[in-house]
This record gives sequence, C-alpha cells and structure tokens, in this order.
Amino acid sequence: MAAPAVRPPLGRFAAQHLVERNYLVYRRDWVVFVTGFLEPLLYLLSIGLGIQQLVDDFVLPDGTRISYTEFVAPAMLAASAMNGSLFDATFGVFFKLKYEKVYDAVLATPLRPVDVAVGELVWSLLRAAIYAAAFVAFMALLGLAESWWALLGPLAAVVIGYAFAGAGMALTTWMRSWQDFDFITLAVLPMFLFSATFFPLDRYPDAAQWLVQLTPLYHGVVLCRGLTTGAIGLEMLVAVGYLAVMGTIGLAVACRRLGALLLR
Amino acid sequence: MGGDEALVEARGLRKSYGAVEAVRGIDVTVRRGEAFGFLGPNGAGKSSTMRMIAAVSPPSGGTLRVLGMDPTDDGPAIRSRLGVCPQEDTLDSELTVRENLLVYGRFFGLSRPEVARRADELLAFVQLSDRAGARVEQLSGGLKRRLTVARSLINEPEMLMLDEPTTGLDPQARHLLWDRLFRLKQQGTTLLLTTHYMDEAEQLCDRLVVIDEGVIVAEGSPAQLIRDHSSREVCELRFGADDHQGVAERIQHLGERLEVLPDRLLVYAADGEAVAQAVHEGGLTPRSTLVRRSTLEDVFLHLTGRSLAE
Repeated sequence: MAAPAVRPPLGRFAAQHLVERNYLVYRRDWVVFVTGFLEPLLYLLSIGLGIQQLVDDFVLPDGTRISYTEFVAPAMLAASAMNGSLFDATFGVFFKLKYEKVYDAVLATPLRPVDVAVGELVWSLLRAAIYAAAFVAFMALLGLAESWWALLGPLAAVVIGYAFAGAGMALTTWMRSWQDFDFITLAVLPMFLFSATFFPLDRYPDAAQWLVQLTPLYHGVVLCRGLTTGAIGLEMLVAVGYLAVMGTIGLAVACRRLGALLLR
Repeated sequence: MGGDEALVEARGLRKSYGAVEAVRGIDVTVRRGEAFGFLGPNGAGKSSTMRMIAAVSPPSGGTLRVLGMDPTDDGPAIRSRLGVCPQEDTLDSELTVRENLLVYGRFFGLSRPEVARRADELLAFVQLSDRAGARVEQLSGGLKRRLTVARSLINEPEMLMLDEPTTGLDPQARHLLWDRLFRLKQQGTTLLLTTHYMDEAEQLCDRLVVIDEGVIVAEGSPAQLIRDHSSREVCELRFGADDHQGVAERIQHLGERLEVLPDRLLVYAADGEAVAQAVHEGGLTPRSTLVRRSTLEDVFLHLTGRSLAE
C-alpha cells in the first residue's frame, strides 16, 4: 500500500471519541456502572471473611504472616479486572457490532477499525481501573492492604484488563450468536476457581501446577498478590510480560478482524 | 473550483464478494453541485457502488477517485468530507436524538461548542427540535430517517450520499425529506443517491445512470432518458388476464412498441389517446384504459425487460 497522501484528519487519538460515546451512555445508566463495584466485594465478604474463620494464617516465602482474607482479596481484584474488561470487550462489542451496527456508523466517519478496537479497549480499561481503585480502597479500610505497593493495584488491573479485553475482543469477532459466548464462560470459570485464587499454587497436584501457571489469570493473581502483600518478586515482571503480550496479540487480531468484517 | 470539477471518477469499477460479482465494470463521473442518481432494482449493485465511493469497501477492480483521492489509501480523509445516509438506519439507540448528533460530530474532530451549535441547527432543519431529548427507539421510521439525514450533515459534507433515502416511508414523510434534500441541493451540496423509485429519481436527480445486474445500461437526465428510450405517452390497457397475448398481436401495430405485463398491456406511442380510440374502434373493450406520460419506469422496462418494483 502506498503511503497516505493525506494525514488522517483526527491524528493518533481518534479512539478517544469512542470512549466519549461510551461515557455518555454509562453516565445515564450509572446503576449498571455501580454494580461493577459490587461483584468483587461480595466475593471478598463471603469467601474471604467467611472462610477465614475456618482456615489458619499463611506464611509467605519472605516470612510475612497473612490471613486467608488477605490471601484471597488480591485474587478477587485480579478476577474482577478479568470479568469487568471481558464483559465490555465481548458482550458489549458483539452487541454494537452485530445488532446496533454502531461501528458501521462509526466507520463512515474518519475513524478506522484500529480506532474502534483501541477505543473500546481503553474504555474497558478505564472501567477496570476505577473499580480496582475502589476495591483497593476498601481493602485498605479493612486492613487487608498493608503495603504501599497496593496503590499500584489499579495499574495491575489495567494490565490484566488489557490482556483479557484484547483477547476477548479478538475472539468476539468470530462469534456467530450469543450461544457462542458459552465458550468464554467455559474458559473463565475454571480459571477463576483454579488460578491460585482460593488456595496457593503448592497445594495443587504437581502435574496440575504447570497447567495453572500457563493461565493468564494466574499471572494476574501473582501480580495483584505481590502488590497488596508487599512481597515483590521477579515473577511479577514475568506476569506483566505475559499479560502485555497476550493483550497486544489480541488487539492486533481484533483490529484486522474488525477491518475485514466491517470494510467488506 | 469550476462547476465541472469531478468529485467521483470511476472507471471499470468492479466489486466481487467471493464468487458473486455485484458490480461488473462501471464508469461514473459525478460533478460538484449536481444531484446524481443510481436507479435500479434491488440487488443491481447500487449499494456496493455507494460503499466503495464512501471509502468503506475496497474495490475489487478498476480505478476510483473520490474528491481527488484514492479511497483505499486515503479513506479517513475522504470520509471526513462526505455525508453518508445508509439504507438501514445505524442510529445509536443507546443515545438520545441530540446526543446522536453530538457524538457523531465528535467523530469528525469537531469541538464541543461547534458540534452543539450544528446539532441544534440540524435538528431545526429536519424539524426534530422538539424531540431532541427523546430516545431513538421512540421515533417512527420517518423521524429516524430524518435524524439520519441530520447526522450525515454534521460535518458539512461536500457530497451527501443517500442509499434508498425514502424506502419504507409514508408519502408525507417522503415529501418532507425530498423538500429538505432539494434545499441542500440549492445550497450547493452535491447529492449522490440510489433509488428504485422512478418518481424519486425524476424529482431529485439532474443526471442518473440506470444500473442492472452490476452494469450501467443507460445514462442521462431523466427527461433525456425518457426521450431516448421511451415514447412520449403510454396507453395502459387491462383485459381479462387469460387472453393478453392474443390481444397483443391484434393491437401491436397501434404503437411504436408494446409490453405485455402480467396484469396489463402497455402501448408506447406519441399520442396515447389515439391508441385508446383505435383499440375501441377495432372492436376491443378493455376493462380499463389509462393514458399517461412515459416515466423512468418505462425506460427501465424497455432497457431490461423487467419492472423496477419487483
């Protein structure tokens, strides 16, 4: 393809206008927005505080002693970043792509498929960051986040959201109907239960340990748990790398596929 | 900029979807300030052509220049100067009437105050000011179409593209929309529209091409097309349906040309009344007789052997 003779009139940040559009929609449906705060809180209160009474404290590799709730809370932070960003990037995108035809209208303007993909991604990450900030504040209130590193929790949520939103959006471009989304649920639920979320990795059978370490949510949990307990380690860097690569591949695929679907 | 500046130049333009060839080599030139129409039945390739011109569908062959640029390379720059009113409404149902315009204007990089000013002007222009705060799904088909037209004007486009703008609208809504489009034309906006309504083409278009099965079968002004491809008048005769062919043979000589349709015979002649009289004098008594002027429908029937409405 020859170099464009004319610069795209909106420059590089055209995607922000799609973020604005989503903001306008959610400003009215703020109830829907608020429910996003509740999910991780409910898990934390039921599983964390409830089971804590039955389970002894943990001793981390560096010798720190933490309660079961302190152990589970960061996992809920990671899981809610996954669920929240997946919701917008899969159901949300599918609805606008197949039913609302929002993107058909958007692409009649100077915006390009890449602007659509980036705009939706940025929007879902903004949401993930806001929910994560509220959750971390709640954790601090309950005395579950003693480390200053916990302030980076929202940033970790963005990295996790990036991975899942990118991959989810890419997969959504192949979805034919709502039934196909069951495949995503099928992948997400076991991940939620078995990514060292509710019990530590060394309690898994040896054979299962490597499998757990392959899943993206495991790396999300490692990242969040490191930050909220203050047990910073090299494995967190690996986690960031894993999630960043996953998100970038997803985003690239989503861009191509959206272009192929919409610019026929 | 001269009046004959070409906004669209297509040569041998083609579009295939897999093995299906929707557009099979068309030449079109649209000049600034004119109202140009694609007339043809459903599936003729009109919408595919429009999408290619709107820079949202890469051509499969031939050359295409829009506003002097190549749609494949300069899509965003071209789209920033076009207004597009698609056949299916693509309004944002999660937003209000006015928000639809505000959001859309922002997609063109307009500032918030500017887009607010234009939104209010356009709502007045399409007579929707009193519905500004309504949700889109509360609007009727006609109001939705008017909002779509308003939305397509938010960037003050040099060329407005309308795909079947009045399909599905009641007569009152159609006339209101035609009136608005006519005003735009008078303000100098270039109009490019597709339609399968001959009256719409006659009302709005300075020049049009008749398109059928992906190729152009005729080109000219509505009057010129009628002159070139039909007679001045048409005599429509309805008989008992079973003997149309027999009757056709008996009255063939009365006109320049004769078409046998399932429900009626059309005799093309300069003087339709004379044909009607000659039929009666020949001892035939049709159930009904109608003499009218030739229309683009007759042109299409003559050129393709098929009716537009089917």
